[in-house]
Amino acid sequence: MKSPSEMRAILATDCGSTTTKAILIEKVGENYRLIARGEAPTTVEAPFEDVTKGVLNAVREVEELAGKTILEGERIITPRRNEKEGVDLYVSTSSAGGGLQMMVAGVVMTMTAESAARAALGAGAIVMDTIASNDGRLPHQRVSRIRKLRPDMILLSGGVDGGTVSHVAELAELIGAADPRPRFGTGYELPVIYAGNVKARDVVKRALESKSDLSLVENLRPTLERENLAPARQKIHDLFMEHVMAHAPGYKKLMGWTDIPIMPTPGAVGLLIETIARKEGIDAVGVDIGGATTDVFSVFGGVFNRTVSANLGMSYSVSNVFAEAGIDNIVRWLPFMMKEGDLRNRVRNKMIRPTTIPQTTEELIMEQAIAREALRLAFEQHKSMAVGLKGIQQERTISDAFAQTATGATLIDMMSLDILVGSGGALSHAPRRPQAALMLIDGFLPEGVTRLAVDSIFMMPQLGVLSKVHEKAATEVFDKDCLIRLGTCLAPVGQGRPGAPCVKVKLGEEPEVEVSYGEMKLLELGVGEKAHAVITPLRGFDVGEGRGRRLEREIEGGVVGVIIDARGRPLLLPDGQEERAKKLSEWEKALGVYPELGTQAGPDRQE
Amino acid sequence: MAHAYTPGLKVSEADIVRKDRRLPLKGEVVVKVGEVVRADQIVARTELPGNVQTMNVAGRLGCVPEDIHELMLKNVGAKVKQRESIAESKGFFGLLKTRVPAPCDCTVESVSNVTGQVILREPPIPVQVDAYVDGKVVDVFEEEGVTVETYGAFIQGIFGIGGEAKGEVLKVSSGPEEVLTEKDIPEECSGRVLIGGSRITADAVKRAIERKAAGIVAGGMDDEDLKLFLGYELGVAITGSEDIGITVIITEGFGKMRMADRTYDLLVSHEGDRASINGATQIRAGVIRPEVVIPLERTGEAKGLVSSSEGLIVGSPVRVIREPYFGLLGTVTDLPSELQQIETEAKVRVLQVELASGEKVILPRANVEMIEG
Repeated sequence: MKSPSEMRAILATDCGSTTTKAILIEKVGENYRLIARGEAPTTVEAPFEDVTKGVLNAVREVEELAGKTILEGERIITPRRNEKEGVDLYVSTSSAGGGLQMMVAGVVMTMTAESAARAALGAGAIVMDTIASNDGRLPHQRVSRIRKLRPDMILLSGGVDGGTVSHVAELAELIGAADPRPRFGTGYELPVIYAGNVKARDVVKRALESKSDLSLVENLRPTLERENLAPARQKIHDLFMEHVMAHAPGYKKLMGWTDIPIMPTPGAVGLLIETIARKEGIDAVGVDIGGATTDVFSVFGGVFNRTVSANLGMSYSVSNVFAEAGIDNIVRWLPFMMKEGDLRNRVRNKMIRPTTIPQTTEELIMEQAIAREALRLAFEQHKSMAVGLKGIQQERTISDAFAQTATGATLIDMMSLDILVGSGGALSHAPRRPQAALMLIDGFLPEGVTRLAVDSIFMMPQLGVLSKVHEKAATEVFDKDCLIRLGTCLAPVGQGRPGAPCVKVKLGEEPEVEVSYGEMKLLELGVGEKAHAVITPLRGFDVGEGRGRRLEREIEGGVVGVIIDARGRPLLLPDGQEERAKKLSEWEKALGVYPELGTQAGPDRQE
Repeated sequence: MAHAYTPGLKVSEADIVRKDRRLPLKGEVVVKVGEVVRADQIVARTELPGNVQTMNVAGRLGCVPEDIHELMLKNVGAKVKQRESIAESKGFFGLLKTRVPAPCDCTVESVSNVTGQVILREPPIPVQVDAYVDGKVVDVFEEEGVTVETYGAFIQGIFGIGGEAKGEVLKVSSGPEEVLTEKDIPEECSGRVLIGGSRITADAVKRAIERKAAGIVAGGMDDEDLKLFLGYELGVAITGSEDIGITVIITEGFGKMRMADRTYDLLVSHEGDRASINGATQIRAGVIRPEVVIPLERTGEAKGLVSSSEGLIVGSPVRVIREPYFGLLGTVTDLPSELQQIETEAKVRVLQVELASGEKVILPRANVEMIEG
């Protein structure tokens, strides 16, 4: 591998669960720029069953668009031979392989078992069942449940350090007796992670060591008042890569092609979000909405958190979004009537043919309604899981521990959030940028002043992995070609009477604008432009300085502009279908979201 | 041109179909390479460890868990008959002893001096794997299973519910357009694979279950009906283990979907023949589609195969798989390489398709699938 300064052409791919994306970066003068991008369906499915075929298809598209030769047969030419042939570096990320299905076990359902479930969910798993000593089932019922479900992995917790050993031993003996087999491969031993009472480690080892691939990590609930989920989560992530990814067909071949190890897509995107927050010293949230999973990343007060919702996505997992959100929550975002049966069938058809794209505006609106709910659910999960990684532990008092609300104090503070970055097909490929802006606002409900951005053409994963070996190239391309600044959202927190004044905004020398409660308004402020803003919320509303207190600060523009969202927080949509559809159309019109409803054409998407 | 396209579902009149038949854990293979097997013939078998029962023996004897080992009458590994004592307390001067009888025929699996629990394992449960299709054993994986090869019609569905089933093909609709309701399910359909039309209702599925049909193959079904007869909302598309007493396969999609003529005609032409069907679907990495295999008596070359590596070309037969032309068939007439703007304003790769009606339409390439033979 050449030294970074010698590299002139870099190829990076991301194998998603639905689409494989390839980008070509070249040194133009002194700077690195994006030259071409190609994409092709991911080929983990029959008849190919080889992820590298999709990579080759995507690279072929790059070759065509860039007018270069990168492939020689089924081989990537590296190092570069001349200006027209080959690349100096090839890196890749991957999330192909689908979700992770886990079972968790703990002694008390509302305590260690709940903590274990939180650890597994935080690591992006689908929790198939939670077993606890007090779950009301008989031992043989638990055993047959474990056998029947055939999870990819089991997380066993139980007992605070120095606490009960016998109950933990009982659970370990049960799992051992079930002798669970993994879904894939007869020669593969089921991974079991033990994250419980340290005093019970020996009995757990005796019960499970010979029957499973047992890993011991720190107790995830060392005391009743404290959770320590990071070690268990990290272990789950490691095993996920080893287990699920290694089963994606062709993955091992791809590993042989890349110059550095393949990085999991969420890991690569997380790295970028963390870098943005660190560099600017701000609180940031990033989201990558994919076909099978939705990943949320946050940095608040310097603490980085990542959750992977393995069951929320826009293609493979689209039905699960539908099942989890419920039909009413999807329908509430539709500005037109659609029969429940029709909507259900359309969602299912997307599930069984996940690579299709909306052709009509009505279908686009429907998909974007589902995307809003996927974003909302993934963010809710993130908020309840963001309890501090890297050694920072979530403190709980005894009363919290018994009350067991869904979460301890979450680290997420929407008012302090500075930038919200979206990535993934639904956001990056939205035909109009205001669509992405409104999906982000509706899904995340930012408060106060928040900058919005999207990954222009969904290349954050590739840049994330590239930043590991060539930070200059990654940063330059990220800044110039990847990040599209949508603008800034101003959202007063509070509730009011529809039509009553909510907030006054004065942007630079422009005249002051007053926006009523229940309205949205778009002010022009272009890309790279900044303006001094005086934001005066009316009594009862807060934009960051306290109720009714004026905020003065510089705000940034973008391709959409400055969005004043005076719909209030929490956002309450009108109950009646007709009234709701009217309001949705009004807001969409204010931002120029959809063709037939909008008044202004949105910027074209660059391909 | 990049080879970006969606591979279609296979519908083949005659093809060589190979099926791996593996045990869930190691066991014994009972057939040899070259042996001709029937679909329901056992090809491999093993024994799954029996269910376990836990007994709080320490509690029942009134002793502390640490003492349990010396009170056990049967040690780990011992086979015990039902009601035979497995442990006994010391009693009072050797009198008034408490005994713990075994609740069933079992083996003592483990005795824990931490919990005071004894785990008893019931006799092993035999597990057998059958050939699934009539054919010939072409490969044997020692202690694991075999590959059975057959020559016959092979049809992939798009989505299914329920696992493997076998039965005679029986046409129950008058055409591929017809909606299958409960009145279309004949009284004499026990053990048969019913071939329906464009949509199957929940009532029809329920009636078919009552009349013990082996399976139903139809063009489509409503998601509401699926929820009705499953009894729950399906999350991710991973199916095959549903225990609803029937296997259901849809070939086109959700909603009222006329079954493709080619699929319908092929299925109907085999009325009376034995079919092996499987509803198992996994739409994720390593996709699994439901299938219908109808072995033929004769053997021969696979015919009508379209090489998948060719990709989409002008003249390729395709099926539209997204609104607003969902389900329609046509032929590719143009493959422009430049991106084009569609109604949603997205700029995407498109193709021109001449539909069966003669109408020419521009569609995103992602929204068609090849019809493979």
